[in-house]
Amino acid sequence: MRRNYEDDVALFKWKSTFLFYSFLFLILITLPLFSNSYIIYILNLIGIYTIVSLGLQILTGYTGLISLGHVAFFAIGAYSSAYLTSTLKLSFWVSLPISGMITCVIGFIVGIPALRMRGLYLAIATMAFSFIIEQIILQWEGVTNGVRGITLTRPTLGLISFRSDYVYYYLILSIALLLTMGIRNLLRSPMGRALIAIRDSEIAAQVMGIHLGRYKIIAFGMSAFYTGIAGCLFGHFMKYIGPENFTLLDSIGFIVMILIGGLGTLQGAVLGSVFVTFLPEFIRLIKDFFPSIIKEQSGIQPLVYALILIFFIIYEPHGIYGRWLKLKFYFEMFPYYKKDTFRRERKFYKSERSR
Amino acid sequence: MIIQEVLGGLTLGSIYALVALGFVLIYKTTEVINFAQGEFMTLGAFISFSLITSIKLNILLAIPITLILTFIFGILLDRLLLRKLVGEEAFALVMVTIGISIGMRSLIGMIWTYDTLSFPQIFSKNPIRMLGIITTPLQIGIIATTIAAVALLYIFFKYTRVGIAMQATAQNQLGSYLMGVNVERIFGLVWGISCMAAAIAGILLAPIIFLNHNMGFIGIKAFPAAIIGGFGSIPGAVVGGLILGVSESMAGIYLPTGFKDVFASLILLIVLMIRPGGIFGIQEKKRV
Amino acid sequence: MSILKVENLSINFGGVTALAEVSFTMEQGQIYSLIGPNGAGKTTVFNCITRIYKPTKGTIEFGGYNVLKMAPHRIAELGIARTFQNIELFSNMTVMENLLLARHRLKKSNFLTEMMYLPSVKRQEVLWRKIVEEIIDFLDLHPYREANVMNLPYGIRKLVELGRALALEPKLLLLDEPSSGMNPEEKEDLGITIKDIQRYLRISVLMVEHDMNLVMQISDRVCALNYGRVLIEGLPEEIQRNNEVIQAYLGEENGSIA
Repeated sequence: MRRNYEDDVALFKWKSTFLFYSFLFLILITLPLFSNSYIIYILNLIGIYTIVSLGLQILTGYTGLISLGHVAFFAIGAYSSAYLTSTLKLSFWVSLPISGMITCVIGFIVGIPALRMRGLYLAIATMAFSFIIEQIILQWEGVTNGVRGITLTRPTLGLISFRSDYVYYYLILSIALLLTMGIRNLLRSPMGRALIAIRDSEIAAQVMGIHLGRYKIIAFGMSAFYTGIAGCLFGHFMKYIGPENFTLLDSIGFIVMILIGGLGTLQGAVLGSVFVTFLPEFIRLIKDFFPSIIKEQSGIQPLVYALILIFFIIYEPHGIYGRWLKLKFYFEMFPYYKKDTFRRERKFYKSERSR
Repeated sequence: MIIQEVLGGLTLGSIYALVALGFVLIYKTTEVINFAQGEFMTLGAFISFSLITSIKLNILLAIPITLILTFIFGILLDRLLLRKLVGEEAFALVMVTIGISIGMRSLIGMIWTYDTLSFPQIFSKNPIRMLGIITTPLQIGIIATTIAAVALLYIFFKYTRVGIAMQATAQNQLGSYLMGVNVERIFGLVWGISCMAAAIAGILLAPIIFLNHNMGFIGIKAFPAAIIGGFGSIPGAVVGGLILGVSESMAGIYLPTGFKDVFASLILLIVLMIRPGGIFGIQEKKRV
Repeated sequence: MSILKVENLSINFGGVTALAEVSFTMEQGQIYSLIGPNGAGKTTVFNCITRIYKPTKGTIEFGGYNVLKMAPHRIAELGIARTFQNIELFSNMTVMENLLLARHRLKKSNFLTEMMYLPSVKRQEVLWRKIVEEIIDFLDLHPYREANVMNLPYGIRKLVELGRALALEPKLLLLDEPSSGMNPEEKEDLGITIKDIQRYLRISVLMVEHDMNLVMQISDRVCALNYGRVLIEGLPEEIQRNNEVIQAYLGEENGSIA
């Protein structure tokens, strides 16, 4: 129960939430003990993609700036670390923050012209940006080795070697938790509110004294930082990166993650990345239940992907986490629940649709 | 020499123009940014391929049938999927079209094949001499077809009732609705026509770059073309497409490797940075 | 001491003259009303003051500062807050969060300290909540404190917007048609609230209003606009009796606006 303002601003407002997340934390820590090599591989990937989702959530979910080219930042983080460790022979522990910073700075730079672009134009522009990065990866052979790609190594910390996926998992877990805390704190502070304000009504935000340009650029930078860190972790995890790892389809995959998980929520970022990472494996598993015509198709994965995406947008616009919240609300309000509580507001006037 | 390259650029540009045209048509009328425009192209190409090679239809029959089929496809797509999202946020619509594009690519691969096929020649590729320049019937054919298609569409919009109704819907959905225009049917028609335009582009393009379920990637180039022309303008889209085609050609010759592929992206970024509304477009601001 | 001085404000929108040589002066502590038929340019004046529009001519001076030289987000720093005709609340936030947002310009934290949620950040949050609570008290918004703004009824949202403007701790409050959509009782309450804002919070109020009762009851001075021009400026009683103003509202017919 909240008794004073301290309780109001606390991280966990209810005892039950605190218990839930503590329990979750325990599970996350002990998970490797119950996983085989396949599962731990997936868990690592989920961790990496969660960090990407968080980064994208900052930009698109909370600030409302749509990015269809986020794989560019992912690639910049990965290739920066690859270059720093493989070519410049720096330690992973130095290259991790530096790759993050490099990506962050590029994020700032990208943010500046982006200020002039509205909504979907921005989305297309980010897509164009990622095409350019893709091409740079192919052409700048001195740094990226072009099509041949770069091999990376797992780091060591004193006596601990991260060569095993099981150990690497803890590295990813700690970084992910740290970064999540960062966003969580931001969201209960003035800047977090400012970002959401920018998403909901730029004009009102300005009138309230929020410098749109500054915050949008910071959002870009932060988002890029997170994604760059994820890219660095990705590179060292896979031990090899090449241009084929960073395509438009990946950018779309990232957006799908936050859409399916729940736009504008932290839980959504995690749920989305779990869902999307599991999907290919899930499809593989249930393939056997389908008639052979469908079973043999190799292209079934993108199709399922597309169908799920379309389904979610039409029927579950708030994502998985949104559905969970609606369910909770239903039970809380029972039997006074009104069916149209969450009906989407449809805007038929053009003037209402511009932000 | 230069003329050659410009002609080559115009050829490719015509195809961009056709795709961009359909794309802008959809955007103007329904405010949807259709990421699947390239896949419409692929669909048209594959359908006519099957008609010509498997059913052994004459080309002159196959192409109109393809157009009719893709037209119907566009209408169905609108009716089944996009109808459900009328009035939704633009972002949601964009993601749906992205989903459609991914889905179509897979389906086309599954229904036909993932291999690359060779498309039957409609126009020959043998060089001929015309007005002092060396060109191929293929190039002339593409440019001529595009001009014909654009002209037809222009007449359609300006002089037919349906065309004018479309223009009205593009400018003010609610107003047209109140004036008795069946806005939903117009939406369907718009999708159908854009699909057709893309199909024509696909049929023209297939002999050049070969038939493949991924060939719709070119459709992404429709964006820079449409943006150069300003998202709200159909003549702008055509002009944008041609400009894009020619500049890409030039970039291929005069700029180092790799620039040609990203040239479209670079132009897009530059245009958006200088004039966020496109060269002919208008910036809309929210009224408070 | 004049708090707001508008001189020769003019703006064109592609051939349409929205404002032409609008001038008026407002003293500190006043409740000043802008009236006029629809399309007279009243909201346009607001938009010029808050830098949403760039006027083609004229000056706006606030407390000695040249407003037209400032970027839109600096207006809040100067101490000007506003509400909107069509309610521009942050729909995905709660009432509390909307109000807290208004205090943004007074923040002492930056994004790094916030990410680490240092004790200073926490102290700031608690302090702000205390202050915002007073405003919630003042406007009787208790039951809606944690409600998502999107689901609230229209009248409450208008109050929340007012609260948000107050949370900014402004010196000048711009209210754009605050009483629209309210029934007579609510309008009376609103009048009392605005008077309280003037008297107890010492905030000057510039108001665009259509409800003449409200205008006559609480305004210190009134400025009547029509077709982008100032018809007349003066005490409420003078304006009420002025023929041009009556004609502007009612056309050729005679009648009093009461």
